[in-house]
Amino acid sequence: MAAAEQELPKIAASVAARPARSLWRDAWFTFTRDRLAVTGLVVLTIMVLGALVGPYLWTQPATAIDFTIALKGPSLEHPFGTDDLGRDMLARVLFGGRISIAVGITAVVLAVTLGTAIGAFAGYFGRLDNPLMRLTDLFLSLPVLPVLLVLIYLFRESLQRSLGSEIGTFVMIVGVIGVLNWMAVARLVRAEFLSLKRRDFVEAARCTGARDGRIISRHILPNSLSPVLVAATIGVGGAVITESTLSFLGLGFPPDVPSLGRLLFDATNYLDFAPHFAIFPGLAIFLIVLAINFIGDGLRDALDPRRKI
Amino acid sequence: MDQAVSHYRRALAIMGAALLLVAACGQQAGTTPTATASVAATATASVAPTAARGTGGNLTILYWQAPTILNPHQAGGTKDNDASRLIIEPLASWGPDGKPLANGLAAEIPTTQNGGVSSDLKTVTWKLRPNLKWSDGSAFSADDVVFSWQYRCDKGTAATTAIYCEDIASVTAKDPNTVVVTFKAPTANYWGEFGVGPSEGVLQKAQFANCVGAAAKDCPANQKPIGTGPYKLASFKAGDVVTYDVNPNYRDPNKPFFKTVTIKGGGDAEGAARAACQTGEADYSWNLQVPLAVLQPMISAADSKCQFAATYNALERITVNFANPDPALGDKRSEPDQKHPFLGDINVRRALAMSANRAAVAEQLYGKPGGEPYCNVIVFPRSKSTDSLDVCKYDPAAAEKVLQDNGWVKGSDGIRAKGGVKLVINYQTSTNAVRQKTQEILKADWEKIGFKVNITNSSATTFFTNTAPDGYAKFYADLEEFASSQDPDPTGFLQQYICDERNAKANNWNKNNVGRFCDPAYDTLVNQLKSETDPAKRDALAIQANDYLVKNVVVISLVNRTAPTPNGYSKALKGVQGSPFESSLYDIANWTK
Repeated sequence: MAAAEQELPKIAASVAARPARSLWRDAWFTFTRDRLAVTGLVVLTIMVLGALVGPYLWTQPATAIDFTIALKGPSLEHPFGTDDLGRDMLARVLFGGRISIAVGITAVVLAVTLGTAIGAFAGYFGRLDNPLMRLTDLFLSLPVLPVLLVLIYLFRESLQRSLGSEIGTFVMIVGVIGVLNWMAVARLVRAEFLSLKRRDFVEAARCTGARDGRIISRHILPNSLSPVLVAATIGVGGAVITESTLSFLGLGFPPDVPSLGRLLFDATNYLDFAPHFAIFPGLAIFLIVLAINFIGDGLRDALDPRRKI
Repeated sequence: MDQAVSHYRRALAIMGAALLLVAACGQQAGTTPTATASVAATATASVAPTAARGTGGNLTILYWQAPTILNPHQAGGTKDNDASRLIIEPLASWGPDGKPLANGLAAEIPTTQNGGVSSDLKTVTWKLRPNLKWSDGSAFSADDVVFSWQYRCDKGTAATTAIYCEDIASVTAKDPNTVVVTFKAPTANYWGEFGVGPSEGVLQKAQFANCVGAAAKDCPANQKPIGTGPYKLASFKAGDVVTYDVNPNYRDPNKPFFKTVTIKGGGDAEGAARAACQTGEADYSWNLQVPLAVLQPMISAADSKCQFAATYNALERITVNFANPDPALGDKRSEPDQKHPFLGDINVRRALAMSANRAAVAEQLYGKPGGEPYCNVIVFPRSKSTDSLDVCKYDPAAAEKVLQDNGWVKGSDGIRAKGGVKLVINYQTSTNAVRQKTQEILKADWEKIGFKVNITNSSATTFFTNTAPDGYAKFYADLEEFASSQDPDPTGFLQQYICDERNAKANNWNKNNVGRFCDPAYDTLVNQLKSETDPAKRDALAIQANDYLVKNVVVISLVNRTAPTPNGYSKALKGVQGSPFESSLYDIANWTK
């Protein structure tokens, strides 16, 4: 007891020495104490930088065909080896990472926007709650992969026609992943809205004459952001995996666009004698998704005020 | 609770890492159990020395392109034709040497020597085998042969095999065992035009009598034909599996050896190769169009379970669309009367041909066992004069010059254009690793000289139909790649580029000229070839027609797969003779283990 009492002033002093606290600063403080999350952040930063800047630093083209060096293992000249047409795998993995990350982030932005809007309306307007939540249930009960296949079959050609082959496929994949992944966010946002909309500060805002739109956007939404942020982060990992699955099934990007899943698909037949062909793109997908999930976990711990010690 | 979930996710991630490692090492581990299976297979082969009907158990055949219809006259591709061949037979087959082989419904091959062919080459008399029965027990007669001809030559039937109908004046049954074919003009290709080969199957009149004309397309008999072949149909799931039982009424009492046959369709060529060569699950795998780097180790492995039948004959080629596939045209899309915006320009086609790296495709993807780079259209006889043509030489710089000199100028986006028309090409083919690699190789070169190329592929099961919008027959693209075989006689192959053969909505896209090319000068050449009877002059005319197609880049040939892209089959399987001019399964009655 006495020892603890002596400790108290020390703690108080160290607390006082800290800079002023805000929610975000607190969260960052907790986040940086989570070793796995920080590792994830570092790995992801490296991968994203590699995908964004890499193709400018590693100037070997991803599409130059040279049969004399086909299926060569890793070497100084080609650190990741070459594929069956003699193209540099490092360049292809960098390019593929760019596509996969771009698809992941864009799809999640779409999913979160949709989910937040639907969740907010369902949570705030009681009349909309039932229909919107049943719609959510309906989407949740859809078998994702078969629906993806049908959607792709229906829309691929028209999108590729109107937007060009690559952009068209990008829009289509982002669209189908986004449209089929907003439900978790919608439920989270609705739950937050239900609990927040009866709070005193919301009542107070209403009494001062704030309209619904302002109450939603300025008072409730900012306070329900943290679970959305966590769901979004983990969703990016899911979207990267879904994109890879689609490309692996031959339904994603055309064969000449080396997304990570497509690279894996091309490599399947060479597993026994050219494993590097599959390992590097596989490893890239693995690291990206793992890093994102660690960051998501770290964010969850950091942003949840009830978990603070 | 949250903590538990996050631990769970971390555990999953670690398990994932472990799985990845296992997958990388798994390949070597797989060899042990299959080695034992091979020993077992050899043992069974030695206890079955005599071939008695139906004693052989099940024969498993893999077709990575799944059959969708079992009527050879409505066949969309080789897969359909082959699957029907176990049931439906022609009068005779093309033997491995390119000569007719009387293994079908005819008792003998009519020739000028035996009096079966008249000296003016206008009348051919086919003697049929006596006392033949259909698999349902009813008697087979010359009437069925006559009916089959009427069936496929009815305009409304829109048969895929109607190519020679215009040449034949009449087909009559002189008596129940004799069929007389009368040509309108002297015809040197009399075997090929009637009776011999994969497209000459004879249907049962009683079963198909109500399926002539417009009723042909949706006729239920297309899915369950009755035939005279060694097997009868047990069940058929279109696009998936066909199973067969022994035909109890088959003419040879000792054949066939296998009690049942299963043709499993779908999957991919690599999987089919593994099933025949590595795991031994399949007794026979058709058309192993597998990248050389993957196929070679499978063939040369010490425990390889497969051998190869040099039975394939196919010209891998790119067909140019002369009709406009623009979707804005709606129903008129790719109809013959819609001119293509830029592929009608010979210079554009020449540039495409001159920058197609045939050698890279043939040598790197197909290799020695798979084929040779090829620029001609017909294989028999082979034109020599095309060797020196610029369209047969790989020279991207010259190709670029052709475009530049003819007003196709590069825009700011790097795509050449003229009068607002951009050289943007949609290039489609069926899903297959070799074909997608070919697409990538050609695309790389074409984009270098100022084309924009979008490559697409669709599953072989839908690509080789005349109904699918992404199929080869409707051809809603600018270029498409596929292969097909040719008869020992070049007439049929050359005839598929004449005006009358153009695919269109009106003929249900069932004709052979999928590129919708039409030039009266070429038609004249083909007609000359057909009316010529002197062999040397015929060869000269065939080569002339071939050279015409090459010079005008009606088709861009890539690889002559006549030297086999092999059909792989189990080392335990015996009696597989194979013929490059025939269905791979034409001699299945002789197969034993």
